Parts: sequence; C-alpha cells; structure tokens
Amino acid sequence: MTDAAWIDAALTSARPQAVGALLRYFRDLDTAEEAFQNASLRALKSWPQNGPPRDPAAWLIMVGRNVAIDDIRRNRRQQPLPEDEAISDLDDAEDALAERLDGSHYRDDILRLLFICCHPDLPATQQIALALRIVSGLTVKQIARAFLVSEAAMEQRITRAKARVADADVPFETPGAVERSERLSAVAAMIYLVFNEGYSASGDTAEIRSTLCEEAIRLARLLLRLFQGEPEIMGLTALLLLQHARAAARFDAEGAVILLDDQDRSLWNQKMIAEGLALIDKAMRHRRSGPYQIQAAVAALHARAARPEDTDWTQIDLLYGALEVMQPSPVVTLNRAVAVSKVRGAEAALEMIEPLSSRLSNYFHFFGVRGAFLMQLGRNEEARVAFDRAIALANTSAEAAHIRMHLDRLMRDSAPRGAKAGK
Amino acid sequence: MLYAILCYHDEDTVGSWTKEQDAAVMSKLAVVQDKLKKQGRLGPVARLLPTTSATTLRKDDPPLVLDGPYAETKEQLLGFYIVDCNNLDEALDVARDLGAANPGGAYEIRPVGLLNPGSIKP
Repeated sequence: MTDAAWIDAALTSARPQAVGALLRYFRDLDTAEEAFQNASLRALKSWPQNGPPRDPAAWLIMVGRNVAIDDIRRNRRQQPLPEDEAISDLDDAEDALAERLDGSHYRDDILRLLFICCHPDLPATQQIALALRIVSGLTVKQIARAFLVSEAAMEQRITRAKARVADADVPFETPGAVERSERLSAVAAMIYLVFNEGYSASGDTAEIRSTLCEEAIRLARLLLRLFQGEPEIMGLTALLLLQHARAAARFDAEGAVILLDDQDRSLWNQKMIAEGLALIDKAMRHRRSGPYQIQAAVAALHARAARPEDTDWTQIDLLYGALEVMQPSPVVTLNRAVAVSKVRGAEAALEMIEPLSSRLSNYFHFFGVRGAFLMQLGRNEEARVAFDRAIALANTSAEAAHIRMHLDRLMRDSAPRGAKAGK
Repeated sequence: MLYAILCYHDEDTVGSWTKEQDAAVMSKLAVVQDKLKKQGRLGPVARLLPTTSATTLRKDDPPLVLDGPYAETKEQLLGFYIVDCNNLDEALDVARDLGAANPGGAYEIRPVGLLNPGSIKP
C-alpha cells in the first residue's frame, strides 16, 4: 500500500474517536471538524517521515486540539477556552496523557457524535447525510453520488443539518444508563437507515450505493465494539451482514431484480454469512429478543438454506409472528404472509393481507405480493390488475421490469383457463 | 522446527481499508505464501473474522461465556501462519516479508510444541 492509502485508512478509522473527543473540548461541530482536518493534514506530512504513531487517534486529538486552540487565540474569537489542564502544547510524547484524558470518554464520545447526527430535530435524509459526512468522513461528492443528487444540493443539506444541530440542545455530560440506551437505539435506527438507502438501490445505481451498505456495516461493527454485550446491536450487525452477503446475486446483468428463490446462491458471500451467523448465535444466548435480532434470525434461515426448498418457512412464519407482536406494522404482516403462502398456501396468505389493502394502497410491494398470490391461485385477471397497480407504484425501473416479467408470464399462461374475475 | 506467526493489527484500521486495498494486501501476502509453499515450509494459514464476532469462555466454575475477544488490546489477533523454519532468524525473515505487505501492526513469533494438521479441507 502507498503511504497515502494506509494513512487514509488510519485517518478513517481514527475519525469517530478523534472528532468525538474534539467535539467534547470545543462543543462545536464545525470547530471539531476543522481541528480534525488540520490534524489530518499534519499527519499526511509527518507520518510518512516518522512512521505512524502507536495510537493515531490520540495523536490526532492532541494535534487537532493544539492547532485549534492556537487558532482561537489568534482570532481572539469570543469563545471560552477549555480548562487549562486540558490544554497542552506538547507533541506526541504526550500520547499517554491524551490516552488518559480520552480513554475514559472513548465510548461516550463516539456515541455522542453519532447521536448528534441522528438528532430528533433532523429529518432522516439529513441524519444520514450528516453521519456519512462527519462520522464516516465521506466527501460531499461521494455522498451526493450515493444519493443521486447534485453536489450543491448535498452541500446544502449537510449545512442545514449542521445549523439545526447547532441550534439544538445537545447534552455534553456523560449520559446515564437509561439515556445511553436511548441514544444507542436512535443510533442503531440511523445506521439501519443508511444501510437501507444502499440496499434499496437497484440497477445501475446499485454499485454506487453499495458504499452505503458497507459504511453502515462498518458503523454497526464500531457500535458493537463499544457495546460488546448488547444483543440488539449484535442483531443489527448480523442483519446488515446477512443482507449484504446477497448483494452479488440480487440483480441480473440488465439490472433487473432477482428474487431470493431465483438467486444463484453460490454468489452469496460466505465470509459475511459466517460473521452474521456467529453474531446472531451470540445474540440469541442472551435471551433478550428484539426486532433486529428477529429480522437477523429470518435472514439467517435464508442464509442457512443451501437451496430455496431447504428454507424453514415455518420458523420464518413464527419469527414474523413474534415481530408483529413487538412492532406491529402492515409491512411485517405482508412479509409474514409470504412465509404463510409457502407453509399453508396462497389462499391463507391472501386472506391475511386483505385487511392491509387500505393502509398499503400506495405500497408497491403489497400489489406485487398480492398479484403473485392471485397468480398462484390461477385468478389471472385479478392478478393482472394487481400487477398493473404495482407497476404504477414502482419506485425503480428494476421493480417495474420485474413485475412486467410476471405480466408476460400471465399473458403466456392465459390460455383459455376461464379464470373468473371477482370472488 | 515449526513456528506460529501470529498477526496483530488494529482491526479498526484494517476494517477501514477499501475492498481494493484489502485485496492488494492479500495478494502481496499470497506472494510470500507461495514462495514458502514451493519450499514445502507452509502449514495452515487462517484469517480470523472481526473480534466483534468473538465469544470467550472463561473457565470459572461453572464456565462463563462472555461476548468479545479474550483480551482488550490496542491491536487484535487477526490471523496466523504455521511455517517451518530452522531457527528464529528464519522465522523473523518470513515475518518481515509478510510485514512488507502492509504497514502497521505486529507479528508474534512462537515455536509450536504440537501440531495436529487435522483433516478439514477449506
């Protein structure tokens, strides 16, 4: 690896801890970010000559803090300086001191930084953009590409989010146990959103947006390292790994969706599956179930099936049943209905989703699934109506293409079978 | 004499390598491994998954199962090689060759007292 490449990786991995600590000193996101940037520039100059410091994060915190304090003094900004004993203009010989200063705050610094990004005042799109910019250190250009918007629009989105956070009240004292767990679940939800942004992409954008899936996995592992014993964080990380393991099999060469049953399972990433399975096994031992663990358990059952017909649909039905109790939502019921159709047939599944029709009247997947059930029952005319509705609601061209494939099949099968419309 | 060469590295940093960087490191390591293989000196090689996927069994009474790796250290055990060397100097040479493939981290070199090659095919 070139100097620039390994330094880049070291900066990326030190970033959450360093920016988090600098934020604690300066209590201002822009100052903390700027301090980190300045320290990074110095690292690029100094590390190739002197080799990497033993603790890059501590080095960056010390240097960033000193540079920022000098700046503040020079500019005579009316900002209160941090307490004197926390300020030091010594060099990296002071690593040990920095570590003493920061070791005890390590977890809460990173958690606070992540938590600020998913501040409840921010809409989800801003939360994700802010986290990718500040915690992951992706460039505005990279984030804009992943979100398929212009750089200027993304720049504006991030600036707006920062302004909102600056106006909001962010507590800096060490959180108590209850608050810590509240923050943890807010952060987990944000990481899940980042992943979904990447996962729901399709076709020609899938490649660009898989960056988001990888970044979400990196953040989830980071969170898990801070909270080793949290079964829901294990579940979240497992879920993301097991879903992302299928990335190479989810689309065909034209970018059309390939359903789970039709995927070439030899393309699934076994290393990610192994890690995901290890995590869900670990989580289950805690006997403290939660939504992420249940969804990961479903993904694990798919991953363990060598062939589609080996899938334990009965177990999946039960897991979705448990999720319905925990987090009732029509989308969960819709997923459960797919399992039910495999276990008890399309008739039972159709009955299960009928009550959802009003609440999911604008949901692409509802009509895709409904059409598929009707098609299995030979009610082709109704199936066609459902598929037409699905195409009208499709979010991506890949989704629409997938439904058209069903319609073509219907046309072929519509030899005079005399399927009557209506019930 | 068999030596175990244990690779330690900051897992955060390794986890921040891009897919391309990771692949580049692996292919450089493969060159070193191939050389040893041709000389008939290479035993099993393993790359471990992240420590977040680790579980530790402490031999209390009863044994206690804990999440995470055994030791919380700045650098984590990420993998190991078993190599046949005549002496420590040779083992250090192998470690140096491996180390040239990626910056940072460290190798612990330990003589092997017993090796059962087992029967698992990767």
